[in-house]
Amino acid sequence: MQKYDALIVGGGHNGLVAACYLQRSGLNVAVLEKNGWVGGAATSRELTPGFLYSNCSYVCSLFRPEIMRDLELPKHGLQVIAYEGGAVFTRDGDYLASYRDHDSHRREFARYSKRDAEAYERYARDVTRQCRFIQPLLMRTAPDPFGFRPRDLSEFLYLARKFGEFSPQEMAETLRFWTMSISDFLDEYFETDVIKAYLALSGIIGTALGPMSPGTAYVLLHHYMGEVDGSVGAWGYARGGMGAVTQALARSFEASGGTIRTDAEVSKILTRGGRTTGVVLANGDEVSARLVVSNADVKRTFLKLVDEDTLPGDFVHRVRHFKMRGSSGKVNIALDSLPAFPALPEGSSCIRGDMHFTDSIERMERAYDDWKAGRWSADPFLDMVIPTTLDPTMASPGKHFMSCFVQYCPPKLQGRDWTDADRDAFAETVIGQIADYSPGFRERIVHMEVRTPREIENEVGLTEGNIFQGELTFDQLLFNRPVPGYAQYRSPISGLYMCGSSTHPGGGVMGAPGRNAAAEILRDLKRSPEQMSKAHDVI
Amino acid sequence: MTSFDAIVIGAGHNGLAAATRLARGGRRVLVLEAANEPGGATRGREFAPGFRSAGLAHLVNRLDADVARDIGLDLAGADTLLPTTVLDGSGKAAVLHGAYGERIDGVSPGEADAFAALRRKLVFQAGILKRFLRRPPPQIGALSLGDLSTFAATGFGLIRKGRGEGRDFLRMLLMNVADVADEYLSDDRLKGLLAFDATLGIHLGPRSPTSLLGLYYRLTGEVAGKAGGQFVPAGGMARVAPAFLRAAEKAGVTLRCGTSVGRILADRGRASGVVLGDGTEIVAPVIVSAIHPQTTFLRLVDPAESGTGFVRSVKNVRSHGNVAKLDLALDRIPNFTGLPAEARGGRIVLVRSMEQVEEAFNPAKYGEFSSDPVMEVTLPSLADPSLAPSGGCTVSALVQYAPYRLKAGWESGKPAFLRIVLDTLERHAPGLGKSVVAASLMTPVDIETEYNLPGGHWHHGELQADQLLVNRPTGAASGYRTPIEGLYLASAGAHPGGGISGLPGWNAARHILSGASA
Amino acid sequence: MNAMTKSAAELRRAARNHILAPRLESPFHDRLMALSEVNDWYNWAGYKAPHALFDGELEYFAIRSTAALFDISPMVKYRIAGPDAERYLNRLTLRDVRKLGVNRVHYTAWCDDHGHVLDDGTLFRLGKNEFRLCCQERHLPWLLDSAFGFAVDIHEETEEIAGLALQGPTSYAVLRDAGFAGVEQLKPFHIGAFPHEDGDVTISRTGFTGDLGYELFVPRARALSLWDRVWRAGAPHTIRAIGYGALNQARIEAGFIVANTDFVTAEGALRADRVRMPDEIGLDWLVDPDKPNFNGRRAILDARRNQSLKHILVGLEIEGNIPAEHAIVYHRQKHEAGLVTAAIWSPTAKRNIAIASLERPYGSKFTEDLWVEIYAMRELKYQKLMKRAKIVPRPFVRLARRTASPPGLT
Repeated sequence: MQKYDALIVGGGHNGLVAACYLQRSGLNVAVLEKNGWVGGAATSRELTPGFLYSNCSYVCSLFRPEIMRDLELPKHGLQVIAYEGGAVFTRDGDYLASYRDHDSHRREFARYSKRDAEAYERYARDVTRQCRFIQPLLMRTAPDPFGFRPRDLSEFLYLARKFGEFSPQEMAETLRFWTMSISDFLDEYFETDVIKAYLALSGIIGTALGPMSPGTAYVLLHHYMGEVDGSVGAWGYARGGMGAVTQALARSFEASGGTIRTDAEVSKILTRGGRTTGVVLANGDEVSARLVVSNADVKRTFLKLVDEDTLPGDFVHRVRHFKMRGSSGKVNIALDSLPAFPALPEGSSCIRGDMHFTDSIERMERAYDDWKAGRWSADPFLDMVIPTTLDPTMASPGKHFMSCFVQYCPPKLQGRDWTDADRDAFAETVIGQIADYSPGFRERIVHMEVRTPREIENEVGLTEGNIFQGELTFDQLLFNRPVPGYAQYRSPISGLYMCGSSTHPGGGVMGAPGRNAAAEILRDLKRSPEQMSKAHDVI
Repeated sequence: MTSFDAIVIGAGHNGLAAATRLARGGRRVLVLEAANEPGGATRGREFAPGFRSAGLAHLVNRLDADVARDIGLDLAGADTLLPTTVLDGSGKAAVLHGAYGERIDGVSPGEADAFAALRRKLVFQAGILKRFLRRPPPQIGALSLGDLSTFAATGFGLIRKGRGEGRDFLRMLLMNVADVADEYLSDDRLKGLLAFDATLGIHLGPRSPTSLLGLYYRLTGEVAGKAGGQFVPAGGMARVAPAFLRAAEKAGVTLRCGTSVGRILADRGRASGVVLGDGTEIVAPVIVSAIHPQTTFLRLVDPAESGTGFVRSVKNVRSHGNVAKLDLALDRIPNFTGLPAEARGGRIVLVRSMEQVEEAFNPAKYGEFSSDPVMEVTLPSLADPSLAPSGGCTVSALVQYAPYRLKAGWESGKPAFLRIVLDTLERHAPGLGKSVVAASLMTPVDIETEYNLPGGHWHHGELQADQLLVNRPTGAASGYRTPIEGLYLASAGAHPGGGISGLPGWNAARHILSGASA
Repeated sequence: MNAMTKSAAELRRAARNHILAPRLESPFHDRLMALSEVNDWYNWAGYKAPHALFDGELEYFAIRSTAALFDISPMVKYRIAGPDAERYLNRLTLRDVRKLGVNRVHYTAWCDDHGHVLDDGTLFRLGKNEFRLCCQERHLPWLLDSAFGFAVDIHEETEEIAGLALQGPTSYAVLRDAGFAGVEQLKPFHIGAFPHEDGDVTISRTGFTGDLGYELFVPRARALSLWDRVWRAGAPHTIRAIGYGALNQARIEAGFIVANTDFVTAEGALRADRVRMPDEIGLDWLVDPDKPNFNGRRAILDARRNQSLKHILVGLEIEGNIPAEHAIVYHRQKHEAGLVTAAIWSPTAKRNIAIASLERPYGSKFTEDLWVEIYAMRELKYQKLMKRAKIVPRPFVRLARRTASPPGLT
């Protein structure tokens, strides 16, 4: 029987980040991964010969640069290619493009409305202000309002000071912003439907809410907090697909002496007398350790892996009622040539960015109504990218990989499980939408992988296929994430920690939960974290 | 000519509460009301020959006891709590007795216990929030001693109950009502009731985050010292407006009805009086606007006197009503299937489930009315027989969702919606259709016209998280003072919001009397 | 309705090609392109604009010695017209627009509700109910939202109207010889309409150089012919086309400020402490407390009464001749007092001048013993200089010919 200081349950990006920091701080760490590869939802897989698929997450914007530097990810092969831009195709055969160039962007908006074009300045400024306020919180452990420990109090003082930097009007605005729907927020700036639809999409991606749901303005921030090399709000592709992120993490981890065991599914987390003692693998092997850090979501961890009797009843109750709510699906497509979008001008840069077909808030919201009713959206919202337009490593020249993130797609269909026939019908809905804008699209398809929440849960282990390991609503943010009183990465079981996106600050390939969890573990071990940078200044 | 210390625009209950408080504080107060009688949305009207409606509200559930005592409001009947009956069409009623279901009939004992546990929690949490209702919203950035003590009291209130309750409060505060109901309850009728009560008059569905606030708001209301209670004054809702009027008159307030205000006089940021519709000028150092904030700043005050940013924020106040008011004249008392006779005088909520409320909400998002609406119904003539001819009966219903901006237009939409509503009622009270003598459906557009309520929204602005406290109606005009010195807001559009509570008016008056800087 | 929508959609589609030319070209672009020897362009509000055409330093002398032609088409322009236009602008801007006569221009600024400056610019009164507002930043939503309750029409006309600044001692002579009869009647801040081709050109005696000069506005279609007319007449008067580098030197000498250079505009500021009130950027003289209410009035007067103004904009004269651009200003060589926002060695005044934003009480109460720390990069090394600075009045260069009436020929 092998012995480690710490076991990481699940080799997703957050698990690997935590593993790296712990290993580098002198612990002997093993990552236990159920699949034959690590990466969780950040993987690149050759699902058909000659094509590399980013088959779950598909853009790299949120990953914290502090972590990339600390863990020397560039040295281990990570390269992020920024992109900015994209298009929403409109039903009348036109499109609204997004350009990185400020003035081109304005002129594009001005095609629809001069007013909106000029209003974008104030909008961008206001959203950036909110981002700047929230960004420093990502790399901090949320204080417990009822913890009454000096650290919680000093953290609250820090937050109060941050907030105090605002003028009273800005404070009032911030309170408003946090509780508004993205639709209402946009109505205060813009008059054009397609512009609002384009700006609203970041308010709904990954969440089981519609653009008219209060709280979606905050979700928008969650997506905007990212940066690519200091450029806040920029989005990028990881060269080699999203697996490049986790591969770099894995190499960094192994380079510092850590152990990765694939095909090593954890079936049980062992406890004795309120302490964890290790895990049991699916093959029956026991691996013991003083520390177990779960990268699995909070439901999987505490309702499946931990014996419920060892947990306080109210904790289990809260975990049971933690909202997962998968809302998205994924259609990954290998193409033998670059699809044509006749609406776009020849040589348009839009094809290298993200493309959408939902040109009004109403269509977006109606797509959500379908989800509420337990159906996939008949007119879904797509976030479609073709990373091979910028990344030559994922397919041979001229061939392309296309990732279509699809919303909304419920974990169950009106109470029943998905069938393969449902899945195919769902894919047809998506392909049909693309083909409406891209003649000959079907003929270009070489191979396709369709992932509903069922597939996402089965392969990656994300309960209900929720990509954020839990909804980003107020009751599940900050000190409420995942469970009030247990929002500091610790669990009721001594030695058992959480490091997945179920914890603050939540989902996205960000790495912050993993890093913050490692910081708390090291604090408990009374070790000062080696090579853990402070959060970058926001000046 | 008499001179006045303060002019109150609008003789709704908030205007009268403000005027009375000011008068009791020694001010000479003039109230100007455009309609021919006072009462605002509590003003009754004859909607069919011999049949009267007592106004927009058909129940009192949040009249503040301190306000009532302080202004000398004399309204009998407040000690009789009325039940709420939920009818889902199955014929099996769930009846909530006492204050918001202190006792429930028609549900399993387990469900009754579950409801009691949830009710306890919500009432406790609403009690915490209630501290913020009886005073101006805390001025962030410049917290007063009073604000700090409210926060401190809130903190202690939470801690006293233990960490668990405190944490639960912060977790639940901005939740949606559906998730909370799902966590505690299994009876669709009760869940449907909570969903309905949380969203009534608010443009949210039960699954919309923050929709629990609507339920909290209801539970911050007290009747006879009990949270969530409801009553109809002895003699009916028609007694409400006269009671406020009597209190005002006793305090020496001068009231002029049929007197519309055309303009609020202001020069370089200082209000000085009003110009009436007929051109008469009346000056006073304090102007209290107890009408909709948008009417106040977009119609009565010259926009040149407000800042562009302020006008922008006032225009951004979301205030489109979503509820239609139905008044029916019947030639007999209707028979709702499953409704116990002793609950007939109370509130009847026609709802099957939360899903029904949610699905009724969906079309409203797109400017369409619900084809399967949810509603609460009362039979006002039971408490006030003068509302109907002998043998007849009136039915009052608040029906949602009926969006102010109907895509198809209410001209064609109204008959279609009325048909849907009547069909719904017929299903619950077979034979009702045949007994209809007259029907009057007021859409939000009609409510706007009848009661001078922009958007036909009885809260004078959505009661949602982003339009509360320091943002009610908008940052620069929160806490009753406005960017125009001497001009104050005192309607439901000000903190804490709508419903017959008297609080916005009373708070505004106290703020003015305190001499706090404008 | 359907036909309307369709044509709007068609117009929109036709505009798609904007992306093929990411930088707009001014109506004078062909002429500038032909004259450009150094191909030194920069991005002015989305337009390709010359930083210099032949030599940034020499171009300056055209402004002060002969006649300089500068393309101001990229300046943002709004046409404001309607029965309430005067009342509207009086609420919008700081100065009393009732005092602005027809065919007159004034420099003004406008603020948000909190009294923070959104921009400064020039307001042209083209008729009783017709105005043109020229400025650096874009404000259409603010202008439209300000129009609530006013009978006024606001139209953004930046691309439709071409503008030329003709500045320098011989500028009047150039216009006279170009055949603009009666242009000598124009006193500073006066406007006149003069025939050009089958329409008019609007000429105002205004400028951004502190010299004798004019600004000419014409619809885009008549832009090139106007340029040619002026250029031909200018040849004997040594007219030169110039880029922004030269203009910037002249404007600093004249003591003019530039939005988002010398102060951050309120809508552009990300950081709450970067916004400025008029009194904090030397524009206190624009504020007219006696006129009817205007945006920011209460906040500005409150700040004056409560003495809560935090900054002040001053002119500095600095010892030596090394420009102190973006240098930190110190009091007694140790207390940080502010920042230089613009600085040059003035070729005309032969003084080392600067515009600086200081944090009160520096510049208001403490006006002596000020220093600037200049980091002069010389051959890959900063040479740090601590130089004495003296607060001096602006403009740094005052020229009699600027206001002479009738204008001189040289």
